[in-house]
Amino acid sequence: MISIEDVSFHYPGTTQDVLDNVTLSINDGEFVAIMGENGAGKTTLVKMLNGLLMPAKGRVLIDSSATGNKSVAQLSRDVGLIFQNPDHQLFAETVSEELSFSLRNFGFPEDVIQRRVTSILESLDLRKYSNTSPFILSGGERKRVALAATLVWNPKHIIMDEPTIGQDYLQKDRLRNFIVQLISQGKTIIIVTHDVEFVAECNPRVVLLSKGRILADGPATRILTRSDLVTKASLVRPQITELMQRLNEKGAPADIVEPYAARDFLTPKLHAAADAQTSTR
Amino acid sequence: MPAILAHNLTFSYVGAPKPSIQNINLSIEQGSFVILTGPSGCGKTTFCRCLNGLIPNFYSGNLEGELIIDDVNASGKSTAELASHLGFVFQNPENQLFSLSVERDVAFGLENLGVKREEAIDRVRWAMDVTGITDLREKAPYELSGGQQQRAAIAGVLAMKPRIMVLDEPTSFLDPRSAEEIVGVIAKLNHEMQLTILLVEHRLDIVSRYANRVIVMDKGRVILDGTPAQVYDDEARLIGIGLPKVTTLFHLLRRDGFPVKTNPITVEQASNELRRMLNR
Amino acid sequence: MDSPIHRLDPRAKFILTLGFFTTTLMFTNIFALLTIFLMQTPLVILAKTWSRWIRSMRGGLLMGIFIFAMNYIFGTSLALAIAFTLRFFTIMSAFSLFFMTTSADDLGLALEQAHIPYVISFTFTTAVRLVPTMAVDAQTVVDAQRSRGLELDKGNFMKRVRNYIPILIPLIISAIRRSVELAEALEARAFGASKHRTTIVTLRMKPADHLVTIFTFLGLFVATYVYFYVTLPSLVIPIQIPRLF
Repeated sequence: MISIEDVSFHYPGTTQDVLDNVTLSINDGEFVAIMGENGAGKTTLVKMLNGLLMPAKGRVLIDSSATGNKSVAQLSRDVGLIFQNPDHQLFAETVSEELSFSLRNFGFPEDVIQRRVTSILESLDLRKYSNTSPFILSGGERKRVALAATLVWNPKHIIMDEPTIGQDYLQKDRLRNFIVQLISQGKTIIIVTHDVEFVAECNPRVVLLSKGRILADGPATRILTRSDLVTKASLVRPQITELMQRLNEKGAPADIVEPYAARDFLTPKLHAAADAQTSTR
Repeated sequence: MPAILAHNLTFSYVGAPKPSIQNINLSIEQGSFVILTGPSGCGKTTFCRCLNGLIPNFYSGNLEGELIIDDVNASGKSTAELASHLGFVFQNPENQLFSLSVERDVAFGLENLGVKREEAIDRVRWAMDVTGITDLREKAPYELSGGQQQRAAIAGVLAMKPRIMVLDEPTSFLDPRSAEEIVGVIAKLNHEMQLTILLVEHRLDIVSRYANRVIVMDKGRVILDGTPAQVYDDEARLIGIGLPKVTTLFHLLRRDGFPVKTNPITVEQASNELRRMLNR
Repeated sequence: MDSPIHRLDPRAKFILTLGFFTTTLMFTNIFALLTIFLMQTPLVILAKTWSRWIRSMRGGLLMGIFIFAMNYIFGTSLALAIAFTLRFFTIMSAFSLFFMTTSADDLGLALEQAHIPYVISFTFTTAVRLVPTMAVDAQTVVDAQRSRGLELDKGNFMKRVRNYIPILIPLIISAIRRSVELAEALEARAFGASKHRTTIVTLRMKPADHLVTIFTFLGLFVATYVYFYVTLPSLVIPIQIPRLF
């Protein structure tokens, strides 16, 4: 369980609080999207989960142990933080070497390393690149290598910082399916994002941050449909929500965020309208 | 005379086994607002590089075919020469701002072109006004938000007074609200100044309302070309384009057998069509 | 940051800095050097950069001690050792003051107007502009690799050096990628298109700048006069410190 208790933070040398009395708990196996405008404090918050940053006030507990008591390396064993830009971490001569890096750092024996690397190459469809230099791969492939490089040590909690930027629809679809798979394996998934449509399709728990404070915390269908909240966090409501809002008088529920739910709501109404028409003929 | 005319345009990078773009035949009318989209690796970036002259001047390879930009044959022209005909805005706002103040940055292109000081100052003032960044003129690039940086980049390109502007995924790094604002600015340039716009984008839900034409590329070729309503259909979905969600909804309804008469691409169009279908 | 000193033309400030530099090198007399050093103090105060100036002086402390030690051990007298140390701090202070009160942009402009090839002044301003960006990149790389279990503070010397490879390589690659993107953007803004590049901002010497320049030359004149014609009091130090050799 991840527990953020009354955390405040400001960067050394500044007085402006980037995080202001944030309290948040995330249970094991939950899927959470942390959203908010640029500068809201989202990245600062997740950097506290693996000890890269320490709260100025309050504390962060990972599985009941305060982050202050452990090093970043120790915390990272359980909390895998995947940064936005894969080019900020790729350095090895081959993809396999890249994937082995973290396992060597954590002291895994060589045979386990071999096994795990082979396994992750398989599950992320990277086997053909095992001896390729990571630098010549395309942007989307490099992002997959970065994802593999964290999953390879099988952390319990996985945090992805802006995983959808620069991805096309197919890549996002693949990512979404992969997240579903990880959740079914019992992993905690936290994504930091401003991609409203992606979150609408995944329907996780949404924590809205604005100016360092938690603005709202609840299911995506409840948060992303509130235009006042969404505006404050510099986001927009999902397109389907906007559409349903316009059909208010038809009794559209206020928690529809994606096409399938909209279709389910509209189908009986459309049938009724068609029946009404045939019966008037 | 079309703003952009491509005839059998084909290009392979040095050492590449096959061409990145193949036999591209396109004619883009002046004043149009065109979206260029397609899955990653489809050749959109390569095509853009041909438009701004980075291919073949910066990126070498085998370039075949013909490209005419603003009545000028692009062949043999350097990127600098093409810059006053076709302005280019890149994806990452951080890496296209050079000066330590916004005002000097907007003037940068004009200074490079050797435009006289008085005229340059005038154009800078105008470009900043049109893009709404006049009060940011003294700020340094790193002090600006992503959206503001992109506006500054657009202003800097606008000041060179090109007749065409190509933008390569300018909203990639922006949050949804800033993305909508930037697209609004681009639409304004198209509408008020008849600036031909070619916008490369994945986020079709935001940009489709302004476009009169969508070109879809896949594996180096143009696969679909038409109005958004014509293009956003099953084939586009199969290629892997992220259609606007309202369009997807209507595909679902149509598949379920409901008598859908139009292919809406905006919330307004969708709600009008739904009302029509529900009020029978 | 703004102050009367900040607002001075960089060329005037540079002449002033060179003036301090030259007069300092003329003298080995402690009183003369002290005078020159103290003359900078009102400028530091006027520039409102007192704390930054103290910090830069502190930064030079190690070097200063080294210079003092070397000159005392291998030199002739305590007074001379003090003099050389004072010289070092005076010159360092003058240049610090210059760079603290001159923006990179102004420096670039000054270079341009001094008819230095534009490519050089542009390279300079771009390098300065990229420093904060690259600093952020460096921090991100360190954070990303630490998040993969890299421990930079553990291990023997060789291990620690090797641990910097996963930091340096992504940094260098990022820098190269960024350079390519910048180069593309430069091309798209017609960089190098015209041999006669114009600028919308030009530096103009104002009365204050002329005053500073005149004052510098006056100071040089006075210093030269003192050097040739005035006998300065010398410092007699009654302390006998045992010589090492």
